[in-house]
Amino acid sequence: MRYEAPESFETAVALLAGAKGDARVLAGGTDLLVQMRADILDPELIVDIKKIPETRAVTEERGGWRIGAAVTGAELKESARLKKAWPGVVEAANLIGSTQVQGRATLGGNLCNGSPAADSVPALIAAGAVASVVGPKGRREIPVEDVMLGPRKLSLQKGELIASFFLPPRPKGSGDAYLRFIPRTEMDIAVVGAGVSLTLDGAGKIGAARVSLGAVAEKVLLVPAAAQAMAGSTLDQPAQERLEAAARAACRPIDDKRGTVEFRTQVAGVLARRAALIALERARAN
Amino acid sequence: MAKHHVTATVNGDEVEFLCETEETLLDVLRDGLNLTGSKEGCSSGDCGACSVTLDGRLVCSCLVLGCEVGGRRIETIEGMARGERLHPLQQKFLEHAALQCGICTPGFLVAAKALLERDPDPDETEVRYWLAGNLCRCTGYDKIIKAVMATAAEMRS
Repeated sequence: MRYEAPESFETAVALLAGAKGDARVLAGGTDLLVQMRADILDPELIVDIKKIPETRAVTEERGGWRIGAAVTGAELKESARLKKAWPGVVEAANLIGSTQVQGRATLGGNLCNGSPAADSVPALIAAGAVASVVGPKGRREIPVEDVMLGPRKLSLQKGELIASFFLPPRPKGSGDAYLRFIPRTEMDIAVVGAGVSLTLDGAGKIGAARVSLGAVAEKVLLVPAAAQAMAGSTLDQPAQERLEAAARAACRPIDDKRGTVEFRTQVAGVLARRAALIALERARAN
Repeated sequence: MAKHHVTATVNGDEVEFLCETEETLLDVLRDGLNLTGSKEGCSSGDCGACSVTLDGRLVCSCLVLGCEVGGRRIETIEGMARGERLHPLQQKFLEHAALQCGICTPGFLVAAKALLERDPDPDETEVRYWLAGNLCRCTGYDKIIKAVMATAAEMRS
């Protein structure tokens, strides 16, 4: 097994594109190393991207934020300004695993691991985050909701990797939130996750909004109908009911030991409503 | 393929070692450097028995590759006491009987030390959440939490 830690995207892409067998990108390693240990993966080549500066930086850019694909959850939490602009994204990233896992786990890894239950992904999708992808043909920008196709399946081509994410500028009166259901208080995989981001218009009603649901389909879903259900409202009772119904209508979950189809569908509505109420409260305070 | 030649700082000392790509930092510490205080519980980042700090950041050494740590600063349980003088956390763990079989103890101590270095005055909820990635099947956790709280109070005074 080869290990390379290039200092440029050019070299990283050439290594990945030229690999004969399975090649894997290493960011935090909290999924990759576990899968190697469990003999699920046995890559021929590991490309550690952490020496490439863009993957490790959090910077304000064009009024928004650029977050390197290999920035850890613990580091995100320590950026007070990012936490103020995108509290839902930071909280979602910090729900992944323990303190120890937070010291290593990254947004890029959480997305590229390809789990429909990944906690940071619904928050990123709700935020309208765009993944900046480098590959043999150069750089392209992909909305996060278009990166994952299904369990362990990504739309990235051979030789491509995520360099960073861009979170758009935050207009005044904006807020976001992410909630998940697990049967205990810590250290578990989401049975359902819901991310909401919204911006109030001049009259204090919900203008632009995005809703994303995790663990209720083969991939993390963007649910435009749920955002539509709140638009123009103050999230009064009827709007909350419309939002819950739209969230549930989008669910096509599996039955497994973590939750039944009925339970996941029910909880998706509840979490979407609760996350929207938190996002609204944050938007009003912002 | 040739082994990786890595130079890193462990508990303040510069060390050199050779490792294969698939060897974890935990493998290197235990089998290569003979630092067997860090324990292997689950090898999947769930139990925290292998906790160390890497450039000051608390991590599971079973989820780090040995070849990743070149030029970096690692602190393990072996660096906690000063000669015969125990770290206040170690002393309080003894006083509060915060251990039985002891397998989880190095991980708890390293994790608790990392917490108190960041926050000298955590409340009980913070301590419990911070240590949620360290599993103990003996104590029921209460004595561990009390020992950490008592250490924090003593170190502040």
